[in-house]
Amino acid sequence: MKLAASLHNLHKYYDLGSVVVKALRGVSAEFPRGDFVAIMGSSGSGKSTMLNVLGGLDRATHGQYILGGYDVAHLGDDDLSRIRNQMIGFIFQSYNLIPQYTALENIEVPLHYRPGYPAIGAAEHNRCIDLGVMVGLGDRLDHRPYQLSGGQQQRVAIARALVNDPAIILADEPTGNLDSTTEEEIMAILDRLNRQGRTIIMVTHETAVSMHAKRRLHMKDGLIEREDTGPST
Amino acid sequence: MSRLIRTIQLALKSLLLHKLRSGLTMLGIVFGVFSVIAMLAIGEGASQQAQDQVLELGALNIIIRSVKPPEDSGQSGGGNRSRVLSYGLKWTDFYLLDKTIKTKSKAIPVREIVQEARHLHRSLNVRLVGCTPEYMEVNHLKLSQGRFLTDEDQRQLTNYAVIAHETAQELYGIEDPVGSSILVGGTSYQIIGVTRPRTASAAVGGSLSGQDYNKDVYVPLETLRSRMKDLVIRVSAGSFSAEEFQLNQITLLIRKREDVIPTSEVVRESLLLDPDHVRKKDFAVVVPLELLKQADQLRWIFNIVLGSIAAISLVVGGIGIMNIMLASVTERTREIGIRRALGARQIDIIQQFLMETVVLSGIGGIVGVLLGLSTPYAFGGIQWFVEVFVFEAGSGNSELAHIFSDMKPKIAYWSLPVAFGISVFIGIVSGLYPAFAAAKLDPIEALRHE
Repeated sequence: MKLAASLHNLHKYYDLGSVVVKALRGVSAEFPRGDFVAIMGSSGSGKSTMLNVLGGLDRATHGQYILGGYDVAHLGDDDLSRIRNQMIGFIFQSYNLIPQYTALENIEVPLHYRPGYPAIGAAEHNRCIDLGVMVGLGDRLDHRPYQLSGGQQQRVAIARALVNDPAIILADEPTGNLDSTTEEEIMAILDRLNRQGRTIIMVTHETAVSMHAKRRLHMKDGLIEREDTGPST
Repeated sequence: MSRLIRTIQLALKSLLLHKLRSGLTMLGIVFGVFSVIAMLAIGEGASQQAQDQVLELGALNIIIRSVKPPEDSGQSGGGNRSRVLSYGLKWTDFYLLDKTIKTKSKAIPVREIVQEARHLHRSLNVRLVGCTPEYMEVNHLKLSQGRFLTDEDQRQLTNYAVIAHETAQELYGIEDPVGSSILVGGTSYQIIGVTRPRTASAAVGGSLSGQDYNKDVYVPLETLRSRMKDLVIRVSAGSFSAEEFQLNQITLLIRKREDVIPTSEVVRESLLLDPDHVRKKDFAVVVPLELLKQADQLRWIFNIVLGSIAAISLVVGGIGIMNIMLASVTERTREIGIRRALGARQIDIIQQFLMETVVLSGIGGIVGVLLGLSTPYAFGGIQWFVEVFVFEAGSGNSELAHIFSDMKPKIAYWSLPVAFGISVFIGIVSGLYPAFAAAKLDPIEALRHE
């Protein structure tokens, strides 16, 4: 079993001057390739901090975070930027598209920041279009975010997350802002990606959504309290 | 390369998103660059005029003029109190300089007397100039009719005269003056030529007063000398004064430019060998080349002062850019967070924001340069406006009006790249802080920003 990512005794402390908040207190977890994990927990349980560390947006205080064979827990800012660009695909609750760009241009954004800054060729351009078509946006690619519904915006975000072929896809409450019908559509796309072999780590507090995952990690007070595996649809 | 183009495209895209805002920000730079170029053009024009005036005197010339001495020193002529004021350059001075100064190519003596000239019933106060044939060349005179005086005229003491444009008009009207005669100071001369109108030379450096060449009558110096002697008597309202002097001016034409200033020293020293000159201080040496150097220095001071004033407006434009970019960073915090999450490094963010200010100030600079190029035309419009509505309308100071309408801005071409460069530099400087502020944002915080 090849691992996409693993955490070993990961700690994250926030020094607020008078008090030190221990957000993660020695988390260990393994994410095999093709996994679909839901991280659950109440607010303050440390799940957001874990997602930030997993996403390379934040650095662990100590411990190891192995991603694609490298320990990335303590890398510098530029290296972390590269990790985010090459190894991680983000899907946010509030979509986080750049408002002045069209859907297609938004999908292309990660290509701009590839190492060495190669020009975007015709092949890559076509690949972005294909990704847009794949998430069901074939006729909406020249629309700007404000012209799209929430579900459509999230589809753009999913296509954008895939564009650099990342090792893991991190989804932070991907359906938190959507109605239930759209929620089903978005989760169906994630399910399909997982079936195609994508590793997906998803933070959610909705049980219904978490049931799409192969397993669920329940967090409490900066630790993984328990894990349960269940049916994946 | 493709990265640079992409960054520029990105900057343009962001700027075009807020056209009005970008345009207004740019205006600050546009006017800053424009005013730098315009100010320097006006300064350059003014100094060019000063230079032209000096050059008109001839950069290779040394002009030695008789100066009327202060009253006390002139009258204590060895106890022999005389009502005749005797001063000035003498023929002996001329011979001395003509013989001893080897760096000169020509020495030209001139004698000028203001006299009344008559033709039939018309009269006019003219400047009777006794001169040699070289006078025409040295003073850039041109003929509209006939010929100028020749060496032959000098030798034969002919009664020929060349009259200036205005003299001809005043005394002869539509008549053809050539061949006719003119009566000046009791002597009749036959007119052999008429000069073209020439702009008066301005006063230069205090020691040389302005000369109006348009009311002149030129006669051979030798003729004048034999007719008028050296005494000039003026009778006015019961009192009379007499002055005795021989020459008004000696112009030395020097062969090489580098000899001009050393020669002028020698001339001064040589003339001071005569105790009369030492006592009366009755001559002045004017070196146009020296004045030219002074004018050059003045030009730099002028340029620096005007340029600095204009540069202040560029700085104000820069502050405008910084202000708007800081607002933009706050407004686009979310976008910065997104880009960082998707792999942008800090340097990418810095470049993005810096490029926006550079594009902003660069385009502003180009527009400013184009506007600056129109300075002479724009200034012409202002001149017209001022002449028509300010000086015409009321108690305009006519001399001021004259100076003003004579001003011609001249674009200093070096100021175009300089002003443009400064604008881009200010764009970079004012963009640095906002750009670094943007790059320093914590991606997590930035993503949470509403």
